Amino acid sequence: MTRIRHLAGALVATVIASVLVLSPARAAAPAANPAVAGTITVSAASSLIDVFPVIAKAFQKRYPGTTVRFNFAGSSTLVNQIKAGAPVDVLATASDATMLSAVTAGLVGMPATFAKNSMAIAMPADNPARIRSLADLARPGTLVGMCAVTVPCGVAGRELLARNKVSITPVTQELDVRSVLGKVLSGDLDAGLVYVTDVKSVGKRVSSVQIPARLNVTTAYQIATVGETANPAVAQRFVDYVHYSLSAQGILRAYGFARHW
Amino acid sequence: MRRQRAPWLLLLPGLLAIAFLVLPMLGLLAQAPWGSFGTLLNDPVTRDALRISAISSLCATAICVVFGTPLAWLLARNALPGTRFIRALVVVPLLLPPVVAGVSLLTAFGRRGFAGEFLYDTFGFQFPFTTAGVVLAETFVAMPFLIITVEAGFRGLHKDYEESAATLGASPAQTFRYVTLPLVGPALLSGIVLCWARAVGEFGATIGFAGNFPGVTQTMPLAIYSQLEIDRSLAVGLSVILLMVCLIVLVLLRRTYLRGDSSNT
Repeated sequence: MTRIRHLAGALVATVIASVLVLSPARAAAPAANPAVAGTITVSAASSLIDVFPVIAKAFQKRYPGTTVRFNFAGSSTLVNQIKAGAPVDVLATASDATMLSAVTAGLVGMPATFAKNSMAIAMPADNPARIRSLADLARPGTLVGMCAVTVPCGVAGRELLARNKVSITPVTQELDVRSVLGKVLSGDLDAGLVYVTDVKSVGKRVSSVQIPARLNVTTAYQIATVGETANPAVAQRFVDYVHYSLSAQGILRAYGFARHW
Repeated sequence: MRRQRAPWLLLLPGLLAIAFLVLPMLGLLAQAPWGSFGTLLNDPVTRDALRISAISSLCATAICVVFGTPLAWLLARNALPGTRFIRALVVVPLLLPPVVAGVSLLTAFGRRGFAGEFLYDTFGFQFPFTTAGVVLAETFVAMPFLIITVEAGFRGLHKDYEESAATLGASPAQTFRYVTLPLVGPALLSGIVLCWARAVGEFGATIGFAGNFPGVTQTMPLAIYSQLEIDRSLAVGLSVILLMVCLIVLVLLRRTYLRGDSSNT
């Protein structure tokens, strides 16, 4: 028994040794498999602030030796930062329009849509203004917050209101979706137009109104490598991982993002 | 005043400091869209933002003077128990990141904050999303500048003046009004300028506490930041406008009040 095991061990060792001996020849082939290691910085839309760190943890486990760092802000701020030369390796935006502005400026590679999201109304848990539908937002004296038109959640919010023929004057136009959610959570807004995933992320701390799919607006999340990345190998792996891997897509589903196909 | 010869040990870092502080402003001027200033100034969003900035910063400065100057005197004259502790406490807003200041203002004066809830329940009034909220945020971050500067002025003032006024029969209120206040004038003025400048530039606490809506809570810094997302050159244009307004105010103040006082201070 032990002898057979020894024999098997020797065999395995021989195979490994021969592979090691042969491998320099393979490595000399034009960068077929560059080392996937090192640190990348991912600039990601505010609405990805909960889910991306979880995906990064799974990615780092799948590719030991890699580290993923994040820079979260409104999508258009992220594009401006890259325009100004921010050392970023991957860009993930909350809309194809903002990604398009990065593509046309020649800042990023080919983008891929990796998730979708839609809008919901978030209210403080006790729902002081008794909001039950989108139309309730138009009642006089209701304090509604939404994103500024410069960020994807603001564009989606305005589209949502237009599609449902609801006309409101928000009391504030925040520069990222998390600030809208924050002011709902603090109870200073009666309602805020946010993403479905934002509502899900805070659980019972807010009440919400779901909007049926045929009346709702969806936004496509896109991801791309930044042209001036210092680590294209890891950057591309991360983009592929978010886009294709079952684990990343599973995590996105768990956080309420809709599938992209 | 005759110019003194400067040792190069001071000259070199001094000139570097000038370059460091001036270069970004030159960058602004270089990138400014000089052709579109007319349209920019006529844009209702710019006008609203300038108006909100002017109103809120002036109100905030006035409140700081009315409440901060007496506190500065109390601190300078050790008139309160635990003066050192109080002094440390009231300058905390200087150290607080403005965004944190915004959040902490919400916890106190927001609709669910402990003071804000009372206001809302009794008067139906709430600070967030109102110009009054902007004033509150600016006052919070700017008041420490006034207190520190004016307190230093009171401290530099010899007590003998106040005491002689008292022996000549002046009441404490009269002493303060006719002796202390005029003597502390230059310190008060520089405190006011610092305080106003801080209020005009306020961003984080304002957007965090009062929100961002044109014509109500959108001050110049908020308008500039919002514009940055759309068109950088217009944002630079707005910044230049804000810079010009502030420079004009400071120059006018120097002309009318500070002339000749520089020898005293």
